[in-house]
Amino acid sequence: MRRFKDRLALWLGALCVVLAMVPLISILYEVVKNGAATINVDFLAAAPGVVGHASGGIGPAIQGTLILVGLTIVIGVPLGVLSGIYLSEFGDNPVGRVIRFLNDVLAEFPSVVIGVVVFTLIVLTFRSFSVIAGALALSIIMLPIITRSTEESLKLVPNSIRDASMALGIRRWRTTLSVVLTTAKSGVITGILLAVARVAGESAPLVFTILGSQYFFSGLNSPMDAIPLRIYRLALLPYPYAQAQGWGAALVLILMVLVVNIGVRLATKGRLYSTRSRA
Amino acid sequence: MTLDLQIEEKQPLSRDEVLQPLKTLENSKVRTEDLDAWYGNNQVLKKLNIEVREHSVTAIIGPSGCGKSTFIRCLNRMHELVPRARTSGKVVLDGSNIYAKGIDPVTIRRRVGMVFQKPNPFPTMSIYDNVAAGLKLNGVRDVNKLDLAVRRSLEKAFLWDEVKTDLDKSGSSLSGGQQQRLCIARALAVEPEVILMDEPCSALDPIATAKIEELIANIKENYTVVIVTHNMQQAARVADYTAFLYLGQLIEYGETTSLFENPKEELTERYLTGKFG
Repeated sequence: MRRFKDRLALWLGALCVVLAMVPLISILYEVVKNGAATINVDFLAAAPGVVGHASGGIGPAIQGTLILVGLTIVIGVPLGVLSGIYLSEFGDNPVGRVIRFLNDVLAEFPSVVIGVVVFTLIVLTFRSFSVIAGALALSIIMLPIITRSTEESLKLVPNSIRDASMALGIRRWRTTLSVVLTTAKSGVITGILLAVARVAGESAPLVFTILGSQYFFSGLNSPMDAIPLRIYRLALLPYPYAQAQGWGAALVLILMVLVVNIGVRLATKGRLYSTRSRA
Repeated sequence: MTLDLQIEEKQPLSRDEVLQPLKTLENSKVRTEDLDAWYGNNQVLKKLNIEVREHSVTAIIGPSGCGKSTFIRCLNRMHELVPRARTSGKVVLDGSNIYAKGIDPVTIRRRVGMVFQKPNPFPTMSIYDNVAAGLKLNGVRDVNKLDLAVRRSLEKAFLWDEVKTDLDKSGSSLSGGQQQRLCIARALAVEPEVILMDEPCSALDPIATAKIEELIANIKENYTVVIVTHNMQQAARVADYTAFLYLGQLIEYGETTSLFENPKEELTERYLTGKFG
């Protein structure tokens, strides 16, 4: 009987895993099936063609997403990681608790709302949709995710490690950056990657901030295209070619996130061990 | 060599007499004066006066919760890192009070190193980096200097021969006993004057323990060692002087042999014979 229960639990668990995988696999399958045929060099590099003519590509959108995500990382990652460090290492006080609570609230905010806020504060003030506004909105979305995951990763580092470092006469900030953060590195990086993947796929806040464009990047203070926006526009067009291009754009977005993920993992893996060998 | 803080031949000594400030030793390295320590409102050390001799091994024994670990954590100002922990009184290292105003605790910790109960090598660092960490993270860049320090420290910790070909391997790939010796090497690398050991062998098997005891005997020529131990046999084996703590107070302190063979306090005798603790 006990064995039967054991088996049952195992099979239930396995079943749930399979069920959870169904949407993932089916989305990937659909995207690849419908999008793979569209992708070629021209599609990746060209600007969108005249509406109604089966031509053009998503070049500006790819460029836009790269610029946007890059800028978002530059703004969001340092802020998020530093906030996470603060909350984990120095946040055991009322101030820390308030910040942690507000951070959690921010993480729950619908991204549309963040888009509207940035629209009001930046776009209306400067009377122009802009890349900066988009990056700002995405940074605000990214910030709480990274803060939280950094804090949690650092909290997993046992205090004995901090003690060991402090007892060597290493200063507190050095201990935090060179010992605690290094020990928690893989968790911190995972959090950053999740946040990057999340913001790379955001479309709602971009409608209010970078607006979308037919053209390539033309300055940080002007509108720009991004892949999620392009997917949305293409999907709304009533032409089969446009919908096929939309699938293609979706596949490109997924692949980009995947490449970033794998790339960063490979790049940081080697550095887990010694920085030098001679002795 | 006799200890000149021998307490008068009056038995049993009253608590007050034991706790009187002891007269200063000639080669005193660390001396505490009326050292109190608290965690929050809980006072764990009460007016502790003790004097540790240079180039000797001093063992701190006593039942669990008597303040042994807290005591040595006060000697390198690690105690105050615990939230709501505080101290009062003096700890005099080479004639100056390390709790005096304006003293940077970091400089004290460089002079007074520490080895913990559980081996705690930095898990993401190699063996080499573990030993070099104290120097590297304090700004030493000279590779030759680092290499030399790593080698010397590992040799002093009797670990060099076992790891000299694997310096790139992760510190956590070693066995428990090796990890603890790695931690000792790491503490030695910054060239402290005093090494505090907080039950360094309690997580280790007898063979690993024997190695660490051997290395303690070996390093005491150049360092002053204070070791907390649960194990009375260990205190008897490694220590020149032994202090018995009970409920945060120093009950008896003297040469190890005389304390073990001829305890002056009834409490000490009862503890040593296993009647409590």
